Amino acid sequence: MYLKNLTLFQFKNHSESDYIFNEKINCFVGNNGVGKTNILDAIHYLSFTKSYFNYIDSQNIQFKNDFFMIKGNFIKNENNEEIQCNFDNNSGKIIKKNKKKYKKFSEHIGQYPLIIISPTDSNLILEGSEIRRKYLDSSISQYKKGYLQTLINYNKVLKQRNFLLKQFFERNYFDEIILERYNNEMIKYAEIIYEERKSFINKLSLVFNKYYSIISDAQENVSITYHSQLNENNINTLLKNSLSKDRVSQRTSTGIHKDDIIFNMNEYPIKKIGSQGQQKSFLIALKLAQYDFISNKIGYKPIILLDDIFDKLDDKRVKQLVSFTNDGFFGQVFITDTHQKRCEDILNSTKVEFKLIKIN
Amino acid sequence: MEFPSELVKNAVEQLSTLPGVGKRSALRLALHLLKKDKDQVEKFGYSFINLINNINYCKECFTISDSDLCKVCSNQNRDKSIICVVEDIRIMMAIENTMQFKGVYHVLGGLISPMDGISPNDLKIDELIEKVNEGIATEVIFALSSTMEGDTTNYYLYKKLKDKDIKVSSIARGIAIGDELEYTDEVTLGTALSSRLPYSDNIKTN
Ligand SMILES: Nc1ncnc2c1ncn2[C@@H]1O[C@H](COP(=O)(O)OP(=O)(O)OP(=O)(O)O)[C@@H](O)[C@H]1O
Ligand SMILES: [Mg+2]
Ligand SMILES: [Zn+2]
Repeated sequence: MYLKNLTLFQFKNHSESDYIFNEKINCFVGNNGVGKTNILDAIHYLSFTKSYFNYIDSQNIQFKNDFFMIKGNFIKNENNEEIQCNFDNNSGKIIKKNKKKYKKFSEHIGQYPLIIISPTDSNLILEGSEIRRKYLDSSISQYKKGYLQTLINYNKVLKQRNFLLKQFFERNYFDEIILERYNNEMIKYAEIIYEERKSFINKLSLVFNKYYSIISDAQENVSITYHSQLNENNINTLLKNSLSKDRVSQRTSTGIHKDDIIFNMNEYPIKKIGSQGQQKSFLIALKLAQYDFISNKIGYKPIILLDDIFDKLDDKRVKQLVSFTNDGFFGQVFITDTHQKRCEDILNSTKVEFKLIKIN
Repeated sequence: MEFPSELVKNAVEQLSTLPGVGKRSALRLALHLLKKDKDQVEKFGYSFINLINNINYCKECFTISDSDLCKVCSNQNRDKSIICVVEDIRIMMAIENTMQFKGVYHVLGGLISPMDGISPNDLKIDELIEKVNEGIATEVIFALSSTMEGDTTNYYLYKKLKDKDIKVSSIARGIAIGDELEYTDEVTLGTALSSRLPYSDNIKTN
């Protein structure tokens, strides 16, 4: 699977842009602020129906305009599939495949798997647990059909349950039947989500150290672990045990919406003890492990976006990364860099087929 | 949006309180009304004032009705022993259009949804149970949409009615998961009604 071309219209700083891509490596070069990362983000839109950097679609419209359009043709199983994403301030977002509108965006996600490595990934280490759950979910959605729908259902029951607890409190009543109904629904969805997340992290952690040592010279022992209340107890018991507390706080205090991933280095949180370089390597290794796992799972290669990778790694490692394409580890790759010469030199020396696209 | 006139502004604000109507379309509608005959627009306006002041509900089934008993409840040929439970008048109208249902209705007035502020108390659920307790009904059919709210209401009603000496069924709702019943076409709705299932058999569906 690869992206053959891309058309942008009023997307961020791109008034009208057209690109044709190579099946292997594509490198966007240009000065700071010319819109290289924005192109990667547009590709991200075609895969995930949203931006990697800014979830507020309206802010991705070029200033002073009312809508943007992103269109691209993917070649998958030798078929040409045109994906279009429009966002209009009045009518909202529309995603089309071969000109046909999707009813549910969750049906689109996962058809064109993609993994991005970007400087903003550091938020995965630095921020609260929500971003790590999002990471889990968007990764799983790339290979597990129906997962996003299960998650949407879970979130909806959770919301109803929280409002119910609030209603119990405010109207001073209690209704066993409705609560039981929401509990049953939560249990049903939580168990599916839990198993899926657990198996994802377990599989990832098997190859994680290997990629960390490829990316970093150091000998630290790194690990990722899935943290969930469901590791200790089944969700049924958790909900029962926390009911009286939940009724007071009017919120559901247990469930997979409290999950987290623990990132450790030598048994300590990498957030606390990792140097900036170690944190960068950690995140790249995480994404490579994810790439490895997902390719195996789906049987073909996701697209990989490497944003500002030269700033994160020394040339030797970038070369190594790029040569992954020669080994057949990577499928189609998109790279951004500010130094044309550096980029060309590295790519030339690896003898991989590549296309340099100048942005200005 | 800046308005050259307070009058237009007021009209736009009112129109845009309608579901699905944004400020722009509200302005378009307001300007459209201004182009029409004065009489016509007055008629338009009064229809809503009349609606809200004089609306009446059937005292048997709680559907909207101009008299105390609706056309269905006052029809001697309708079978009072079969009660079809619906969310609101839209579904009742859709089922009536199929002309396949000979029983009577019970209009709940909504579905259980805490996030919309709707609890069982806000719906005509006690009234349904009372009706069943009177002993005339032999079968209650749930015709609620297969959304999470519809399913929750189904479940709730089932729990409340399961020990009564009546048959409880639900319309075959495999139709289109998550679809609102209102939009289901008449043929499918007719089939769904005739192939209803005992509730406990499809308790898991959603
Ligand atoms: N909604 C928008 N409308 C117009 N321009 C925008 C919008 N959002 C962002 N930009 C512009 O896009 C530019 C940034 O683009 P981008 O992040 O793609 O740059 P880049 O080429 O990746 O730069 P760097 O090398 O520094 O990473 C900025 O100049 C910014 O003003
Ligand atoms: Mg950039
Ligand atoms: Zn009636």
